[in-house]
Amino acid sequence: MYSEKVLEHYTNPRNVGSLDRNDPAVGTGMVGAPECGDVMKLQIKVNDETGVIEEARFKTFGCGSAIASSSLATEWVKGKTIDEALRIRNVDIVNELSLPPVKIHCSILAEDAIKAAIDDYKKKNGR
Amino acid sequence: MKKPIYMDNHATTPVDPRVLEAMLPYFGEKFGNAASRNHSYGWDAEQAVDKARNQIASLIGASPKEIVFTSGATESDNLAIKGVAEMYAERGNHIITAPTEHKAVLDTCKKLAKSGCEITYLPVRKDGLIDLDQLRAAITPRTILISIMHANNEIGVLQPIREIGRITRGRGVLFHTDATQSVGKVPVSVEDDFIDLMSISAHKMYGPKGIGALYVRRKNPRVQLTAQMDGGGHERGMRSGTLNVPGIVGLGEACAVASREMAPEAVRLAEMRDRLKDTLLAELDEVYINGSLEHRLPNSLNMSFAYVEGESLLMGINDVAVSSGSACTSATLEPSYVLKALGVGDDLAHTSIRFGLGRFNTGEEVDYVAARVIQVVRKLRELSPLYEMAKLGIDLNKVEWVKD
Repeated sequence: MYSEKVLEHYTNPRNVGSLDRNDPAVGTGMVGAPECGDVMKLQIKVNDETGVIEEARFKTFGCGSAIASSSLATEWVKGKTIDEALRIRNVDIVNELSLPPVKIHCSILAEDAIKAAIDDYKKKNGR
Repeated sequence: MKKPIYMDNHATTPVDPRVLEAMLPYFGEKFGNAASRNHSYGWDAEQAVDKARNQIASLIGASPKEIVFTSGATESDNLAIKGVAEMYAERGNHIITAPTEHKAVLDTCKKLAKSGCEITYLPVRKDGLIDLDQLRAAITPRTILISIMHANNEIGVLQPIREIGRITRGRGVLFHTDATQSVGKVPVSVEDDFIDLMSISAHKMYGPKGIGALYVRRKNPRVQLTAQMDGGGHERGMRSGTLNVPGIVGLGEACAVASREMAPEAVRLAEMRDRLKDTLLAELDEVYINGSLEHRLPNSLNMSFAYVEGESLLMGINDVAVSSGSACTSATLEPSYVLKALGVGDDLAHTSIRFGLGRFNTGEEVDYVAARVIQVVRKLRELSPLYEMAKLGIDLNKVEWVKD
């Protein structure tokens, strides 16, 4: 029912936790709603000089595929510049995790979380 | 311990070995058609069916002639409700039911509404029970049938069927109850409970799948039904089709076992269920029980584990077979309509788990399941942004969520 990769991320989620949301270098994105059954919080810490995402953290309320999608998203954004991270598409997550059609919304949520975190960082830093 | 541990006995139950043993000859040398009147193959089959009819009738305090065999509770619900609606169409067209009923009742009523029936859905209280005053007030001179289930399949809550039956009998309205989850688990008496029609399923009480029965009262009042299938006129003309003799023998034997063992079994299951509940409540914060604890099947527990989505919890306890009211686990992608009817918010419905204990569960299994649930809930709460926010004192109802 679940792909190996979803199970692996669910069992050993990467980059779980929280960064200080008041740190100017930190961007926080939170998407979804409790009554919809998924909420993702994704945070990035950006090196101001290079624009590279040096740290990423997540916490997710949602099904195994939502947890895996956000765990993968933190792995992928780390080491990328903001512009590179913005090019991550939900279909890439779908393909990597072999998500079935009913779980595509989990990948969309993860893409939205990345964008929301970057947005927040940009707003904070007047960009 | 055999894994995965099966604790989803509201979905189905394993066939009791004693039931299977009773059935086997009727797949083999005793293969006759119970309607064959001219040879011993037919007589043997008919005799087996008669014995089963007695076993079933005896468990529910009915006469054997009042048992109509069907393919299961879904067919029994359809036959009872549609059969009454058609037969009594001249007397009235009003049916009363509740929003927490099984889909076999709700969708049948929905279909009848399209052909001119009026359906009243009695709201349920927070504990899952209907309000008897509202029931009394809902009855009109056009009311022909009240269909209220005995035990709910998701939350295990027991409706006050005796009081409902007393009201319906007094008002001259027929009373149908879907007793799929309760027959064989708690005492049901069609006489004492004033029941006119009752749906029964074998596979929820350690019998085989594909066989069930409808109790149809024969006197005081005599209930008539319009058959929903045309054919050879079996089962007093109410349900045509060659009888499923091995299945019927299985249902009969399941009822006989229940008649003997139901009382001590209920005590044992309630003790294990309470141990599971008490352990979870003691070890975890923000855990909520859905539905009345007092009016409930002994084997049933439905709990919401706030801030932990149900499907992810099921994934973590993958060596335990239970169910969730989360949208992600349902065919419709909507959270449980039963919990919604109780006023449980969608946020908590997504976190609900149904534990259904059964005859073959052990105390060791209950302790294992409790430990696994505690471990996985704790792990997932570490991962949950909602739990983190709640612990920081943030009111989640006041957060502006970004919905997709």
